[in-house]
Amino acid sequence: MNFETELSNGKFCIPECEKCKKITWPPAEFCSHCFGTISLKQITGDGKIIEFSKQGEHYFCMVEFFEIVRIIAKISKTPKIGQTVKISKCGIKNGDHFFQII
Amino acid sequence: MKKVGIVGHGITQFSRSDEKIETVLLKSVKKLFENNSELDKEHVDSVLVSTNNESKYLSPILSESAGIKPKIAHSIESLCNSGTNSIVSAYSYIASGLADMVLVSGAERYDSPGQILQWDNSRGEFKHPIFWASIFAKSYKRKYLISDEQLASVSVKNHKHAKENPNALSNKTYSIQEVMTSKKLTDDLRLLDCSRPCTGGASIILASEEMTKKITSNPTWITGIGQMTTSASFTKNSSFSSMESTKLAGRAALKMANKEIQDVDVAEIHDAFTVCEPMALESLGFSNAGEGMKTINEMNGTDDFKINPRGGLIGCGHPLGATGIAQTIEISQQLQTEAGRRQVDGASVGLVHNMSAAATSSTVLILEK
Ligand SMILES: [Zn+2]
Repeated sequence: MNFETELSNGKFCIPECEKCKKITWPPAEFCSHCFGTISLKQITGDGKIIEFSKQGEHYFCMVEFFEIVRIIAKISKTPKIGQTVKISKCGIKNGDHFFQII
Repeated sequence: MKKVGIVGHGITQFSRSDEKIETVLLKSVKKLFENNSELDKEHVDSVLVSTNNESKYLSPILSESAGIKPKIAHSIESLCNSGTNSIVSAYSYIASGLADMVLVSGAERYDSPGQILQWDNSRGEFKHPIFWASIFAKSYKRKYLISDEQLASVSVKNHKHAKENPNALSNKTYSIQEVMTSKKLTDDLRLLDCSRPCTGGASIILASEEMTKKITSNPTWITGIGQMTTSASFTKNSSFSSMESTKLAGRAALKMANKEIQDVDVAEIHDAFTVCEPMALESLGFSNAGEGMKTINEMNGTDDFKINPRGGLIGCGHPLGATGIAQTIEISQQLQTEAGRRQVDGASVGLVHNMSAAATSSTVLILEK
């Protein structure tokens, strides 16, 4: 079970070290703090929009979870800085990860 | 540590041409030796190639094509600051005594694979540089109440400077209105806010102090080097309105040269996008936080060429592997009083700022006469 397999099934997981319990982001094979084994945790809790811009009709937002995990995600409604959001859809499309938030 | 000097340089016209990378590399080396007839190829004992191109074994290929048999020959890749990374490597080979004279040649094609960092999945579908640049622009404008119109003046200034640079991709000047009505890429970025990928090559020869003094009566010296890599992922940046790696690299370079930022007379700044110029000026200490645009407007008003005299990346185009070398050539020419209509009067201390992947890494060089 790895991050990409889960993501391709539409599940966004947080890579956490079994040994030191720290999060490694972006996901990797081993913990970036202690090289410990990574296990995946189902994401709980909300993310927060920390910045955004818009291309054509689509907003893209920098979203932060647990003050460490950041992704660039799409949102359909006008975003606000500091707004709390959840991942509504995610996966891998043409080799690129994608994230949609509400 | 041994002193390292710059003894010669050559550069190609930056263009959209479809030449092979090997050809682009060789063309700038040919220019270098034509510009500096006193240089003897026999003395070149190392050849470093800076590029993001996929072709292999480019340094031995270039060496053979140029009739050089170097001891050390290899490529260096670090996206947009490959060029200054190669110069730092050349410096280290000479300062350590491993080499005496190093040819550093950088080149890129307009279709370089170095423009997109596929690895950075935290960017989701938004891997093209215009997305990080939009986040930087939005964040910087929000924090310091800067308008699109103000940022547009960076493009106006750098195109104006590039008009005086025969090797630049752009040969046109633009008004603020033209920048602001150029093709909209995102809500926070227009086409003329961006540096353009292009085909170009730039070569420079570095040498030991003894060799430098033997060859030229008008050398320039690399007296300060600062480098910092804070991450590889754009989303890891600690700020989106300043450049942490640039702050640290700038400080280290000035410290090594025993200079203050006020001592710097002329600088090439990595303006990959308009917003990068005020951000870098602030991170390097040329301007207080939020006042980079004020500095730029003052220079624009007085036709002061101090920042990005060659036209920066926006005016010259951005052939990734060649950019850092082209920046260093410009500053070297400024110090040699050979910059023609771009000359900054009395320049004796210069700075080069070259960065990669949304400022996740930066290199700063200090050059002196
Ligand atoms: Zn760990």
